[in-house]
Amino acid sequence: MKRIVALILALMMVLSLAACGTTQPTEPTEPTEPSDAPEASATAFKIGGTGPLTGGAAIYGNAAKNGAQIAVDEINALGGDIQFELRYEDDVHDAEKAVNAYNTLKDWGMQISLGSVTTKPCEATSVENYADRIFALTPSASSPAVVANKDNVFQMCFTDPNQGSASAQYIADKGLATKVAVIWKNDDVYSKGIHDKFCEKAAELGIEVVSDTTFADGNDTDFSVQISDAQSNGAELVFLPIYYQPASLIFAQASTAGYAPKWFGVDGMDGILTMKGFDTALAEGVMLLTPFNADAEDERTAAFVAKYQEQFGEIPNQFAADGYDCIYAIYQAIQNAGLTADMSNEDICAALIEQFTTMTFDGLTGTGVTWNATGEVSKSPKGMVIENGAYVGLD
Amino acid sequence: MNMKLGKLGASETDKLRHMNSFGRKNAITYGFVIVVGAILMALNATGGLSSMMRGMLVPICAYVVMAISLNLTVGIMGELSLGHAGFMSVGAFTGTAAAISLQNLIPQAGLRLFIALLVGAIFGAIFGFLIGIPVLRLKGDYLAIVTLAFGEIIKSIFNNLFVGLDSRGFHFSLLSDKTNLEPDGKLIIGGPMGIGGIQKISTFLAGLILILVALFLVFHFINSRQGRAVMAIRDNRIAAESVGIPVFRYKMTAFTLSAAIAGAAGTLFAMNYSTIVANKFDFNTSILILVFVVLGGQGNLLGGIIAAAALTILPEALRQFSDYRMLVYAIVLILVMLATNNATFRDKLGKCGRKIKSIFGGKAREKEETANV
Amino acid sequence: MALLGYIINGISLGSVYAIIALGYTMVYGIAKMLNFAHGDVIMVGGYICFYAVFSFELPWPVGVLLAVIVCTVLGIVIERLAYKPLRAAPSLAVLITAIGMSYFLQNAALLLFSSNPKVFPNFFTVTRADGTVKNGFELFGGQLKVAYVTVITIVCCLVIMLALMLFTSKTKTGKAMRACSEDKGAAQLMGINVNATISTTFAIGSALAAIAGVLLCSAYPMLMPTTGSMPGIKAFTAAVFGGIGSIPGAFLGGLLLGVVEIFAKAYISTQMSDAVVFAILIIVLLVKPAGLLGKQIREKV
Repeated sequence: MKRIVALILALMMVLSLAACGTTQPTEPTEPTEPSDAPEASATAFKIGGTGPLTGGAAIYGNAAKNGAQIAVDEINALGGDIQFELRYEDDVHDAEKAVNAYNTLKDWGMQISLGSVTTKPCEATSVENYADRIFALTPSASSPAVVANKDNVFQMCFTDPNQGSASAQYIADKGLATKVAVIWKNDDVYSKGIHDKFCEKAAELGIEVVSDTTFADGNDTDFSVQISDAQSNGAELVFLPIYYQPASLIFAQASTAGYAPKWFGVDGMDGILTMKGFDTALAEGVMLLTPFNADAEDERTAAFVAKYQEQFGEIPNQFAADGYDCIYAIYQAIQNAGLTADMSNEDICAALIEQFTTMTFDGLTGTGVTWNATGEVSKSPKGMVIENGAYVGLD
Repeated sequence: MNMKLGKLGASETDKLRHMNSFGRKNAITYGFVIVVGAILMALNATGGLSSMMRGMLVPICAYVVMAISLNLTVGIMGELSLGHAGFMSVGAFTGTAAAISLQNLIPQAGLRLFIALLVGAIFGAIFGFLIGIPVLRLKGDYLAIVTLAFGEIIKSIFNNLFVGLDSRGFHFSLLSDKTNLEPDGKLIIGGPMGIGGIQKISTFLAGLILILVALFLVFHFINSRQGRAVMAIRDNRIAAESVGIPVFRYKMTAFTLSAAIAGAAGTLFAMNYSTIVANKFDFNTSILILVFVVLGGQGNLLGGIIAAAALTILPEALRQFSDYRMLVYAIVLILVMLATNNATFRDKLGKCGRKIKSIFGGKAREKEETANV
Repeated sequence: MALLGYIINGISLGSVYAIIALGYTMVYGIAKMLNFAHGDVIMVGGYICFYAVFSFELPWPVGVLLAVIVCTVLGIVIERLAYKPLRAAPSLAVLITAIGMSYFLQNAALLLFSSNPKVFPNFFTVTRADGTVKNGFELFGGQLKVAYVTVITIVCCLVIMLALMLFTSKTKTGKAMRACSEDKGAAQLMGINVNATISTTFAIGSALAAIAGVLLCSAYPMLMPTTGSMPGIKAFTAAVFGGIGSIPGAFLGGLLLGVVEIFAKAYISTQMSDAVVFAILIIVLLVKPAGLLGKQIREKV
């Protein structure tokens, strides 16, 4: 009896869901037929993106989504011919779910894609982007594999190896240290990518990596061993190619252990000052390479930060800024090419590829930004140092 | 005594009926899979499926096969496994590595997929056998925690394993990339990077065939002398032992078979995506598969198949709830467990269930209509 | 000296695991269910305390008390709504419900508290006369530094374990719990209200989770909706390690797991430390199939 009830329940669920699933194609999936979708959707470009909106990586997805939403609202408020409709779908930082989310967006009629926010999911969705000829500009998926061999996938952030070699170069140029320690996240593509290139470049430049330790998901609370390893090997500088949450724990535990080396982070470190309750004294003197600085004085950044705080109650991090820039870069390309929202995704894709490989873009995360044919961005990371709880330019 | 039976899933009468109508039940399960599969294939061919559904056909097949596989361990053998995703991981990595290595040798995608699935299954079986030796000596929750431990160890190993292929053959290294490949070689498994650039050769048809093969293997096993012995062990180990059933050996057979099927499912799953990482097959995935089996009814293959399909689609179908999606998923999960296991709750639910469903369904339809306007 | 440092760090990490494991083991011992939502109750406790101290500016002992109260109520509510209706159901059904509850709590927290991590304040500091804040003390002329929170975690853990042991052996409710854990049917026949006893167990387990949450977040000051899940699984491992259902077993299992984890990182490899920890767990369970201090139950034939 029990099983029968269970079966019936499950069956009903499947049927109702299958109904949901199969009725969807009646929605305007073909952007080439604007007659199906009059009014708003005819004049607005449908931009879709996937990102972790729930789960452990939710902060990145939500930041990119919110940043992009602000840009979309601004552009729509201008009331020009170009209007955007933005839709973000949750991928829980998982390649499988990202492809599902991507397909949902495709059913919705997505014409331009913001790829995925995190790297591994984006490697999966960018293949779909390539196959479907939907142009993609990812705000923050940074491994070279995301754009490699895909002419219509572009990045707004710089690639991981770039950051690794830039960091090593910076440390060598400024003579910051000759003995460094690296603490990195062993099950993360982003961290691994930066770490490998950093170590390679450091060896070239005569910087000795005296301590090379890792952590992983589920093992990211206690860093006492990594810290004491760096300390006992006499590292003068600790390089942290990781995100800011574990970094904040490392700072706190190093302070307890009485270890005060120079700290050097990458763009994932950005956001550390925005954490509620964080004792900024712990991050005093931390150097990092980041494309975005929420404390920057320029008008656009100030306006963006104010708007973000008003709407979402938080200070935006670089993911938000990248999301914001993505929309404006696409906006600029659409303007240049004179595209209209009733064009098919193939046509839009071809026009945008042409624009992106030729145009120069000024955004929150860099000025004079260009893209090469591979899809990698060229913008120079800014060296920042944290002083009195705020970023100060290093140069 | 009674409690023990209850814990292990089936009541006495149920089992008797099970035995009598065995052939019929098998036929229903096969028929269900074939009919639903044929309908979906027809819809797919005529473009009647949304991209979302089309994209999920293969993963659903993979999860269905996983549910069948775990049902053998949990439902038929009566042992709780919390690390089944580990076998899926083994299959995913070995099968995909095989497919990539053979890319130039065997141009036919179908044949390559077949070989990859076979490799995945073989490695799944090897790991199942090796892990089964210590695991099956334990009982109950201790057995469960050791399977969890093996799942985590497998994840950890694949996160640190580097495998490269060049003209000199395969190169393996652990912890860091020391493969030193020739210029013509390529790194197949890149530690935390996993496998990238996979050719997506998994198809829905292959998935369906794999489901049918898995069903055949498991039904065949259940009906065999060994299978009946394993169920006897589940229901009363001491009695089974006392009549001379070699408990350990029979359990090993079931566990290895289960791991082999899981390995093939892993290969099928991995070959549907361009990239795969070890972290995908973590504790949460093991739990997800366990949920399929429990929801479908332990030992009930058809139930597991339906539950796997329904629970894979559910989070996608709930996207209209946006931020509340996973919250709704959790509530649905709890309610279904309560509804299937508590009589009073079921009665109450039955009364207001239709009302809710009509409101709920109406709303969804309304939403779609507005979207169409 | 490095060795001593590792041991202290291991014990510190281990005592957090141990407190969580005590909650697991209490519930398992009596209700015979793996409460996978336990780790998420820890997270809720952390958030309550964080907001009490940070947003409402209450003194921290009040914050902790508030967290304990909220978690206790939450524990009872969860038990009433989700677990009690399944008392007669197979244990796996309850396990899945607990997992559903865990998803529910995590996602509710995500909606309520947002995904932005919060940094938990360290309550256990001493402000010196010259205004500097000290969060630990030094031993052996500064060669070894120990945080106050480490000492407090270890002391708390010991106190809680002893209190639980006394409670289960001396008080009436505690004895009722042990009776339920031995044989529910017989306990009922003896006039013990089994349902009430199980509810009490959940209340105690959840109160412990609140304390564990505060200590976990004080020692490792990072609070996210997923904060509780991994320590929860580790603590579950610890409870099994020590012999699930046994109070001193959970304590010992937690401490050993912490020390083994730190040692594996320090002396084997930070990359493979989890694999090493689990390998040791497997070996221990093969030698002692019911955990370190678990009761080896003879099977009735």
